[in-house]
Parts: sequence; C-alpha cells; structure tokens
Amino acid sequence: MKQDNSNSLEQNKPSRQIDSAKPPMPGAGKKKQSLLRRYAMFLILAVVYVIVMIAAPDIGVKAIGLTWDNILEMLLILPPVFVLLGLLDVWVPREVMIRLTGPGSGLKGIIIALMLGSLAAGPLYAAFPVAGIMLKKGTKISNIMIFVGAWSTTKIPLLLFEASSLGSSFMLLRFALNIPVIFLMAWLVEKSLSAEDIKAVYKQAEAEVS
Amino acid sequence: MVFNIVLYGLAGSLLAVSLAKDKKKSKMALKKAWKAFENILPQFLAILLLIGLMLAVLTPQAISSVIGHESGWAGMLLAAGIGSVTLIPGFVAFPLAAALLSNGAGIAQIAVFISTLMMVGVVTLPVEMKYFGKRAALTRNALALVMATVVALIMGVILR
Repeated sequence: MKQDNSNSLEQNKPSRQIDSAKPPMPGAGKKKQSLLRRYAMFLILAVVYVIVMIAAPDIGVKAIGLTWDNILEMLLILPPVFVLLGLLDVWVPREVMIRLTGPGSGLKGIIIALMLGSLAAGPLYAAFPVAGIMLKKGTKISNIMIFVGAWSTTKIPLLLFEASSLGSSFMLLRFALNIPVIFLMAWLVEKSLSAEDIKAVYKQAEAEVS
Repeated sequence: MVFNIVLYGLAGSLLAVSLAKDKKKSKMALKKAWKAFENILPQFLAILLLIGLMLAVLTPQAISSVIGHESGWAGMLLAAGIGSVTLIPGFVAFPLAAALLSNGAGIAQIAVFISTLMMVGVVTLPVEMKYFGKRAALTRNALALVMATVVALIMGVILR
C-alpha cells in the first residue's frame, strides 16, 4: 500500500516543483517532503498505540476498534467526495466559479456556498480539500467560510438525525442561531485578514491542490 | 445511509456524463481526485488514530462526570474544551448528547459541546492550515469557539 503511494508521489513531483519554484510560499516546502516526513505524525501515533496496547490493553483494543470504524467510514464517504472534487476541478472553469462565488457574486455566491455546504456529507476534514479547489478557482474567502460553516453545522442529513435524538426544538433553535453565526464568522474572518494574508491563502491553496 | 447512496449516485452519474462527453478530461478528473486524496491521506490517517485514542479514553461516563449535573461554568468550559478537541461523528455525538442530557447534563453544556464539536477542530487544524494558511485557520477556529459559546448560552436560557 505504502509502496504504491511512494511511486505515485515520485511521479507527481516534477510537475509540482515547477509551481513551487516561483515564489517562496508557505506550502511550497511541504511538496518536497519525503514519504517518511509526510507520514511522521501517523508513525508517531502508531508507536503511541503500541505503547498503549502494552500499558493498557483494554483502552488499546477499544482505540483500535474505534479507529477501524472511522477508517471504514472515511473509505465509504471520501471516494465520491473526491471524485466530485476532481470533476469540479476539470469541468468548472475558473471564470464560471468566480462569477458564481467570487468577489462581486453577492447574494448568489452566498446562497451557492451555503447550499454546497449543507448538502455535503462526511466529516469536516473532508470539506477542506473541496474548499481548497474552490479557492483555487477563485471563490471569495467569505464564501469559503460560509461553505465550511454550512458543512460543519447545517448539513441536512445530520440535522434530521439531531432532531430525532435531541428533539426538534433543540435542532431548530441551534439551526436558527447558527445561520447568522456562519455569516458573521465569514465576514469577520475576511475582515481580519489583510490583503497579503488573503493573497497568501490563495497561493497556499494553489500549491496544495494543483 | 440513504445519503451515502445519494452521494454515490450523484458522483457516479456525473462521472458517467463526464465520460460520455470527454474521456480524457474524465481521466484527468479521476487522476486529480486521487492526487488530492493521496496528498491529504497522511493527515487523515493521523487524525483518525488520534480520534480513536481520544474516544477510547473519553467514554460517555467520563464525559458525563465532568459536564454532568450542576457543573455550571466549569462544565461549560470543559464541554467546550472536549467539543473542540475531539472529533466525534454526528451519528455518535447526538445519541451521546441525548444520553448525557437524560443523565442530568445541562442544556447549555450540551449545546456548547455539540456546537464546538461541529465548528471547532483542534485535531484537524493542521489540515485546515494546509489549505487556508495559519492565520485564516486559527481565526476561524477562535471565532467558532466564541460563537459556539454564545449560541450555547442563548440556547441554555431559551430551552431551560
């Protein structure tokens, strides 16, 4: 499994280095990381698991079971998400994405970002690569934040489940309070970033997703 | 489950349309999909290992003992902390929250737990920074923590 990864990584490298050769961007250094370096955190945690297994086997067994369940969930959800991401990247031209969600897209952009996020599936960490593609295509930062906000708190399938376990008044109230919060946060994040910060965000996304 | 089927159906049918229209472009899309996945896989795996370990330690009993009955402000803080740091999928978190509520946890504590769980991701910060940069990612999470607390306090007052 890891052998395969290393091969495809090597193939990817030359094309990536052209990108990263230009400006000294924050994400650029990561491209040259070796496989070992990329999986360092994973390996450290694997060692921690071994230690836990020896020190407290009951917790270790439980942790492995939980991790396994999560990996299965990840493998179930991520393939279609990433296929959609690839199709989005190939088929939706930058100009269209900018027109729909970029600067000056106004209410239309907000609604599109909100819908895309609400209809999403999967854990929040799956939203970031999608957001990366959107950034690369020229989506406005505030709309990216709306998309991430919607993905995290107003996912429709999750809302239904929330209503059934915590009651519809809990769900509806949380939903009603969170919609303005998502907008407020998006606005605040965009306001808090300087022009250079924003440029850096786009560069980083470009380096990460290309 | 139904939603997964819809998601697969959507991805599958769009891919079929794409294949019918342009084989080369479709191949490129799949290649990009794989590259994007492979690029982020190490972080995803690390996150999953971390979550597994956390959930093994933070059992429902352990959580309910700290944010349970009359835990007040300390409980709010702890609930926000646990919610921010852990990453529990919704279909586990909601029944857990329901169980905690029926065991005497406060509405505000549960609301802040659920809200931070959804909006704040300490474990996923490295991934977030990878795409948004340090500044934007940290700002988003800090704001989310504040907002989640405010929302939870309002909910605590209204639903009391």
